[in-house]
Amino acid sequence: MMNDITILQHYWWFLVSLLGALLVFLMFVQGGQSLIWTLGKTEEQRRMLLLATGRKWELTFTTLVTFGGAFFASFPLFYSTSFGGAYWVWTLILLCFVLQAVSYEFQLKRRNLLGTNTYRVFLLLNGILGPLLIGTAVGTFFSGAEFVVNKAAVLNPAMPVISYWSNPLHGLEAALVPQNLMLGISVLLLTRVLACLYFIGGMAEDALREACRKRLVMESGFFLLFFLTWLGYLLSSEGFAVHPDSGLVYIEPYKYLHNLLEMPAVTAVLLAGVVMVLLGMVQGVRGRAYAFWLAGPGSVLVVLALLLCAGWNHTAYYPSIVHLQSSLTIQNSSSSLFTLKTMTYVSFIIPFVIAYIAWAWRALEREPITPAEIREQH
Amino acid sequence: MEPIDTSLVDWSRAQFALTAMYHWLFVPLTLGLGVVMAIMETLYVRTGREFWKQTARFWMKLFGINFAMGVATGIILEFEFGTNWSNYSWFVGDIFGAPLAIEGILAFFMEATFIAVMYFGWNKVSKRAHLTATWLTIVGATISAWWILVANAWMQFPQGMQFNPDTVRNEMVDFVAVAFNEGAVVKFCHTVVSSWVLGAVFVVGVSSWYLLRGRHKEFAHASIKVAAWFGLAAALLTAYTGHHSGRIIAVQQPMKLAAAEGLYEGGNSQGLVLAGVLRPGVDWTAPTEEDKFLLNIEMPYALSVLATHAADGYVPGIRNILEGGYTLPDGNPALSAEEKIRRGREAIAALSLYRAAADDATKQMALDMLRENFAYFGYGYLKEPADLVPPVPLTFYSFRIMVTLGGYFIVLFAGLLLLRTRVEQWRPVLWCVVCTIPMAWIASQAGWVVAEVGRQPWAIQGLLPNVAAISRLEVSSVQTTFFIFLGLFTLLLVAELRIMGKAISTGPETDTPTA
Repeated sequence: MMNDITILQHYWWFLVSLLGALLVFLMFVQGGQSLIWTLGKTEEQRRMLLLATGRKWELTFTTLVTFGGAFFASFPLFYSTSFGGAYWVWTLILLCFVLQAVSYEFQLKRRNLLGTNTYRVFLLLNGILGPLLIGTAVGTFFSGAEFVVNKAAVLNPAMPVISYWSNPLHGLEAALVPQNLMLGISVLLLTRVLACLYFIGGMAEDALREACRKRLVMESGFFLLFFLTWLGYLLSSEGFAVHPDSGLVYIEPYKYLHNLLEMPAVTAVLLAGVVMVLLGMVQGVRGRAYAFWLAGPGSVLVVLALLLCAGWNHTAYYPSIVHLQSSLTIQNSSSSLFTLKTMTYVSFIIPFVIAYIAWAWRALEREPITPAEIREQH
Repeated sequence: MEPIDTSLVDWSRAQFALTAMYHWLFVPLTLGLGVVMAIMETLYVRTGREFWKQTARFWMKLFGINFAMGVATGIILEFEFGTNWSNYSWFVGDIFGAPLAIEGILAFFMEATFIAVMYFGWNKVSKRAHLTATWLTIVGATISAWWILVANAWMQFPQGMQFNPDTVRNEMVDFVAVAFNEGAVVKFCHTVVSSWVLGAVFVVGVSSWYLLRGRHKEFAHASIKVAAWFGLAAALLTAYTGHHSGRIIAVQQPMKLAAAEGLYEGGNSQGLVLAGVLRPGVDWTAPTEEDKFLLNIEMPYALSVLATHAADGYVPGIRNILEGGYTLPDGNPALSAEEKIRRGREAIAALSLYRAAADDATKQMALDMLRENFAYFGYGYLKEPADLVPPVPLTFYSFRIMVTLGGYFIVLFAGLLLLRTRVEQWRPVLWCVVCTIPMAWIASQAGWVVAEVGRQPWAIQGLLPNVAAISRLEVSSVQTTFFIFLGLFTLLLVAELRIMGKAISTGPETDTPTA
């Protein structure tokens, strides 16, 4: 039987995973940015693409910030260990998003100092590096990272910092691990697939839709190649298990495969997600506008299932490969019962938030973007 | 294990100050201008006049340019608590994380969703739905300010938590005390209404520039009228909430008050420094024979009245706080800094004993000792009493700048309201209003300098000094990111100023008939 705090730890891992999954879905904005010049052959087409993603970038951005905030509130030890240790990888991710935040607003403004194309290059950088680095960082949830946590350090006034990174690259070393990189590339390709689907449904220009359809075939093929290879590797590799009584972390062969077998509901979510993503791709290639609404929620389900696999079922979600017992689990890194309870009450407002986002999305997307709309704006 | 490099602490502080100050260039304008443009759109919906729509759209254009930079600089700040202050994030993350998460769920999504409707929804939703979206954008921004200011206020006046020796961190036990304590409420009100002042100064400043150029006169007069009323009300509220803030600081952060007043030797019936020049190079941590002021014009009794509501009230100075011995507002004797440091070290030693204890009796004894001394836990990380004195000249002058400009803004708005449309004939006044624009930012930044520099050396008042709050990084890493942020933010600021300048010089479309 789970006690109160265990239930809340699982609930909050679910919410953080859901936010992470929504973030990956909403990164279709980044995928779209990475395709500005690939799909947009004329200035008008590029403006159409940027108008489409420009209406949504703040939602992605906000989801990233809320993901960080929710992680901080529910699992503060992860926040302090990962952000304080993997300094460079997180800083690079943040810089990518800083560039994005100004580029949409500034790119077409007069006297913008750097010129329209520079801001579009910023968007391209954010579009490629954002998903790639986030995917690579999430890869360490399965492959581990190089940190040590020692809470007794608080007792030493000369050096009271409880966690430190043992690799001088401070997080960049994660990109040198093939499976992390493979996940990073998969996330990037998924965002590009979703972007193609979003444009197919949201553009009223045949040439652009046709270009998206063609691009979708290639991006989907590469995505499936990288993602399935990564998934195959994950399910056949060792994982980081936690002993339910002692809390000790140990290596378990096929841990993530075991997790899926022992959590059939999570497996069902994963399979449903995979099917929806595949259906979305097929329908997208056939030019169906609704394909985005198959692959998008499908990708949410896939990422959600994978993140649940990383944290539930007695698994260390942030393993340390230099000091196994420093690994973070949802038990040893969570907030107190009181804080989790308080935050849980707050989380009940989420359906209301989703409702008004859905209203605004629908209000703005009722009609596809037309070249005439672009001409009217400028 | 090597001890903490103090330059790492300094560079981490410098980076946080840099990003916070850049962020605060954009946030107050968002909060202030947002209300002004929402009022103007409300006038459009109520009157149906196209003039008000174009007026609102003009200010929205400037709002959008500024908003983007606020978002860009804000994301760095949130994650810096983790990247550069990781020990802090663990030690109080159980309390501090909650406001940040609530900010994301309640406020950021509201802002992000409705700002898209505000900019892209003019022809896609009804007039009233659009107006609602505009108001919800600014309500979202203000709710966001609420939660981040709750978090900041908690760092200044920590409460609603308990230290857990098993997890070696502080844990929240009373959410209402964290989120709705007097310090948080006053801080929110003072910060938000002072941001409204800044927004109003910006609007009257830009409008005055149009009058000087003889352009967009109807727009300028209408904007000045709305913004001056709004600004006057906000400036008066700023003064009122500022006074409340001072009262709270007098009780909870007496060292900050002493630094802001340059008060070394306190006492009863203290005067308030109206204007003063500090003697350069004075050591504020030790008694000196020479006067610490070169010039000091005081209003007798005023500081005692403001701090204690009594003309003969006692206000401690820096020396008194370091040496202790005076009577605290709660009736207890004040401990000396040395005693606090000693008890802080005892608290740390007790925690060490607790963690090492093999039997329950030792554990209980250690716990009792820890609880007895925990109020001074943070002092145990300090080396000497002098560490407790913040940079006095910076705090002192910043306070004077903030208060003086705050008074000036009241006069300015009142003057504009008295002159009404006649202001057009008073060109020196118009120039004066234009030149006031940067002063609003100076006042706002000065306020934050007082709040943050004045509370040094604490990351959390009395509980965790900066030196124990940082991340364990190489100094070179933090130096590198400091200069990256400095370069990038400066570049983007210049870009923003150019874009805004161009948008202002182009002006609103109120003079052109629109469909």
